[in-house]
Amino acid sequence: MNGVAVGVFVFLFLLVTVMGFAASRWRRAASLDNLDEWGLGGRGFGTFIAWFLIGGDIYTAYTFIAVPATLYAGSAVGFFAVPYTIVVYPLIFLFLPRLWSVSHRHGYVTPADFVEGRYDSRPLALAVALTGLLATMPYIALQLVGMQVVLEVIGIGTDSSNWFVKDLPLFLAFAVLAAYTYSSGLRAPALIAFVKDTLIYVVIIVAVIYLPSQFGGWGAIFDTVESSFASFNADNADAIAAGQATPRAIMPAEAAHWAYGSLALGSALALFMYPHSVTGVLSTRNRSVIRRNAALLPAYSFLLGLLALLGFVAIAAGVKVANPQQSVPQLFENEFPAWFAGVAFAAIVIGALVPAAIMSIAAANLWTRNIYRAYLRPDATHAEQARQAKLVSLLVKFGALVFVLALSKDFAINLQLLGGVWILQTLPAIVIGLYTRWLHRWAVFAGWAVGMAWGTWLAYGVASPVQAHFGGPLVNLPGTETKVYIAMLALALNLLVAVVLTPVLRAAGVDDGTDHTSPDDYTADLGDEGVVEELDPAAG
Amino acid sequence: MSSNARWTLICVLLAPAVVLPLLVGVYDRHDPELWGFPFFFWFQFLLIPIAAVLTTSAYYLARSGEKKGDRR
Repeated sequence: MNGVAVGVFVFLFLLVTVMGFAASRWRRAASLDNLDEWGLGGRGFGTFIAWFLIGGDIYTAYTFIAVPATLYAGSAVGFFAVPYTIVVYPLIFLFLPRLWSVSHRHGYVTPADFVEGRYDSRPLALAVALTGLLATMPYIALQLVGMQVVLEVIGIGTDSSNWFVKDLPLFLAFAVLAAYTYSSGLRAPALIAFVKDTLIYVVIIVAVIYLPSQFGGWGAIFDTVESSFASFNADNADAIAAGQATPRAIMPAEAAHWAYGSLALGSALALFMYPHSVTGVLSTRNRSVIRRNAALLPAYSFLLGLLALLGFVAIAAGVKVANPQQSVPQLFENEFPAWFAGVAFAAIVIGALVPAAIMSIAAANLWTRNIYRAYLRPDATHAEQARQAKLVSLLVKFGALVFVLALSKDFAINLQLLGGVWILQTLPAIVIGLYTRWLHRWAVFAGWAVGMAWGTWLAYGVASPVQAHFGGPLVNLPGTETKVYIAMLALALNLLVAVVLTPVLRAAGVDDGTDHTSPDDYTADLGDEGVVEELDPAAG
Repeated sequence: MSSNARWTLICVLLAPAVVLPLLVGVYDRHDPELWGFPFFFWFQFLLIPIAAVLTTSAYYLARSGEKKGDRR
């Protein structure tokens, strides 16, 4: 533990804590007692704030830890995070303005709200809401894993053998986060995201300019990494042949092209099905904010790619850690002056707080709108909904904390993997629903159920050198030896079921419900009838 | 420009940003290197500004349509 690094770290942490509480007064809300204010920050964020907020949503601390970790461990497929964050923006450009419009006109807060309005199906809305909750919970837990890794490298608490003392820093950080999310809602992460991104940009720019110069430049770093991987493969040739170890490489082998591409596409499609991305998008002021951000957000992808390569820099710098996730924090600790290492650690930990806050708000919105209001208290007032959501945001975070402390980290990572598979199964209901009501509501439901079941079963069957089940996101395409992302396979079956069953159900005369939306709802923008700057909560 | 022509053009502009990153076989090679980076890495970095420029063009096109009430 280094006093200077810890001091800088604690100072920055306290700074964002103060900002988090002060955020409730930011952008003068008359009252936070409704979900449009607490859960969507007043629905009035412009391009600038949305850029930080959605950026904080997509590029989480866990990404910043896990992606370089995969490269450090010699799995080049992990670099798919870069094409994934390129592919996602044209999709956001096309799909999400439509979701914004229909949600704004009807006062929808969650994706499940939209599904209920479009398909007139409570079971389908519940399915979408539960899938969202299920996929978001482990994602929050992973932000904690990211924080834990940094705290371990700093050495706060780890000296103690007492579990309580050991985990106290994590506990404190999360208690503070929970408290200001409770009081400020979505405004807190929106404001803190400024600090987070400024710190991360500074750290990364310094890291990618300064560090390579210490190790002979990028050419030398790639050479060192290649020879290190080659000697690993030579030393472990027997184990690799027996399937007990994975060969290392800086680029995906030809057999892995489909894996790389399908992971990128599947993750991109899944990303904006996640409730927290929808929360970020619905908090914007108008459609143009979303489209403008689709053009501006790729700046973060550049950052992510550079950060990923720090995994290679760590190898060239001779960083030796048993847990690859510690490679980049350890690299900072070894190579940076103590004060700057403190800044870097704070950047990652604050980088975990922002998405964790948005995710817990999104989960709370889902619970409140689509379970509490839909089934438990149909006549709940707006103030009651906001109170319920605040309480649930606390519960969700506490649950994630227990999850990480009581269960194994690997369990959280496995569940996160499944979360991606699950959340993609809501795509037909949401994305296709944005364009057409051709699919029968029960066909969509059946497709979802089949996709969920098959995807889970496929993931269960994946073994890795260290795990018997849930060992990875890839399986062989049926009938071939080509590996592809499980989520895409499950989605294909899901779509097939939905398309085949639709004419069957229509022919059988099964009730298809009433669409509560009209075609011009999908293109409504600020200034149109029924689309006002500040929604009147009493009207919704 | 008619609405269909405009939106076809927007999709044509956006398509490379979705398709190119997925064609791994196109860029899965070591040479030529740039500033020590293998092609595999610098090409993907290059795709980022390309995608940003394409999306920006699509944005201006969509915005000029919105002014005439053409929204999708």
